[in-house]
Amino acid sequence: MAVRGDIRTFKNAAWLGWQMEANWTDPFLFATYSIVKPIAGTLILVFMYLVITDGKTDTLFFSYMYVGNAFYMYVADVLFGVTWVIHDDREHYMTLKQVYIAPISFYMYIFGRAAIKIAITSIGVLLTLIFGVLVLGVDINFGAIDWPIFVLALILGLACICIMGLALGGISFLTAKHGQGINEGVAGIFFVLAGVIFPITILPGWAQSISRLLPITYWMEAVRRGLEPAVIAGLPGSTGLQDFSNLQLMLALLFSTVAFLFISHSIFKYADKVARRKGKIDWTSAY
Amino acid sequence: MSESWIIQNLRAVRGRAYPRILGAQREPSWIFFDVVLPLLGVAAYVYVYKFMNAPSEFVGFVILGGAMAAFWLNILWSMASQLYWEKETGNLSLYLIAPVSRLSILAGMAVGGLFFTTLRASSTLIIGIVVFNVTLSLSSPIMLIAVFTVTMIALYGMGMMFASLYLLFGREAYHLSSLMTEPIYLASGLYFPVKALGYWAAAGASIIPITLGLDGLRQLFYPSTSAEYGFLPVELELVILAGLSVLFLFLSKLSLDYMEKLGKTTGRLTLRWQ
Repeated sequence: MAVRGDIRTFKNAAWLGWQMEANWTDPFLFATYSIVKPIAGTLILVFMYLVITDGKTDTLFFSYMYVGNAFYMYVADVLFGVTWVIHDDREHYMTLKQVYIAPISFYMYIFGRAAIKIAITSIGVLLTLIFGVLVLGVDINFGAIDWPIFVLALILGLACICIMGLALGGISFLTAKHGQGINEGVAGIFFVLAGVIFPITILPGWAQSISRLLPITYWMEAVRRGLEPAVIAGLPGSTGLQDFSNLQLMLALLFSTVAFLFISHSIFKYADKVARRKGKIDWTSAY
Repeated sequence: MSESWIIQNLRAVRGRAYPRILGAQREPSWIFFDVVLPLLGVAAYVYVYKFMNAPSEFVGFVILGGAMAAFWLNILWSMASQLYWEKETGNLSLYLIAPVSRLSILAGMAVGGLFFTTLRASSTLIIGIVVFNVTLSLSSPIMLIAVFTVTMIALYGMGMMFASLYLLFGREAYHLSSLMTEPIYLASGLYFPVKALGYWAAAGASIIPITLGLDGLRQLFYPSTSAEYGFLPVELELVILAGLSVLFLFLSKLSLDYMEKLGKTTGRLTLRWQ
């Protein structure tokens, strides 16, 4: 019965998330919004690259950077989405207290809202990859994709991002108006430390050690090995994880995800307890 | 326009700026969330340039861009969408019946936002300079202050204009702000010289004050790169920015009046959840 209730909560939360995301505009405008935002984010890097290389995009590093940046959208958007649920429901719609005291699993509610973010972000990621292959010559060979690794890495990685979002959601309970900064900042940690747009080997030694503790580092490497095996094989220099076999890489991703599950759960529970004690569940700042 | 009316409006500016300035002091956690963490995103762009063996000035370009990004985010999330959320929380009706100009309320929001965003941007700049060992030239400090000041007036004038327009967009406000993040980062050349977009694209993007402001600051901090990466002469950029300041302040008054008139006609100005 509990499982059925959880599924219903998840489904309704996802539906609510979809309504909040999409019912404000006509489908054409929404589609434009969904396309322009991710493409623009990617083009920032493309122009940075073009300025330095005088317009040369047919390099392995360009493909490496482009694919990493495309999949990073999941980190930025889904983390943002999960954390924003707390901030938005509490500060803007003032419905958090009603949801919180409702006889439902609050986790399922958050994950349901996150699911719709994943769906919308997936469209952006797909469009960015298509744009990269067709317009910029990003080196993705459809026939050479290692599907088992790619699909497994994608599923594990997305689960991991949602789990990390839970910890940030807990922290959002305790902070006023800083949801934006928390998301931007934590997404920034992964952007700089997880080998998203450059190999981690360029970072100082101490930073590389931190990189190896982050599941997103393994996720990025696994996604690239699945999607662009030729790029990873031919990239000059080391990615920092080249000594890992595919199996070791997936196990590292799995273990770090499980570790973050415990960490995130603990942070959320602690923040939840403090928020209750300090009366922050229905706290609004409005300055 | 009597003296007491001016004083009353100046008080309104101070009154609206006060909770923002005080709010920042009451919850100091923003120092970590808004200063330290965003620097990491900037660091990633620095490392991309380092990985590509870009000229050292590009590290400075990115740090400056990261600092200016704070102002743009403040415009979007704490200026443009603010009146909409004020309506949702019930404050807007209080502003409308207050015996002061609505512009004073918007100016107060701008002053308060500018205060802690300047702290955030300065911290990003200082930490970035120290961590990445960036060298900046201060050959024309007066010009530097002039460009920065005029950029801020134009930028916050734009924010004041958006605040009224956003009220008309209703629930689209959040999405509009979201939509204007990365595309504006791209168009204004936040992390690369805007000249790379091409002349006409860069000229079009110059309607966003941060584009010319940032280009001007980069040229002033790195005079040796002006010829290669500068979009327009700094003096010309200053004149255009001054023009944009007047334009946006004027448009903000117009849009505020229009919004108020429309609200009164339709009776929906303080109607929530629409």
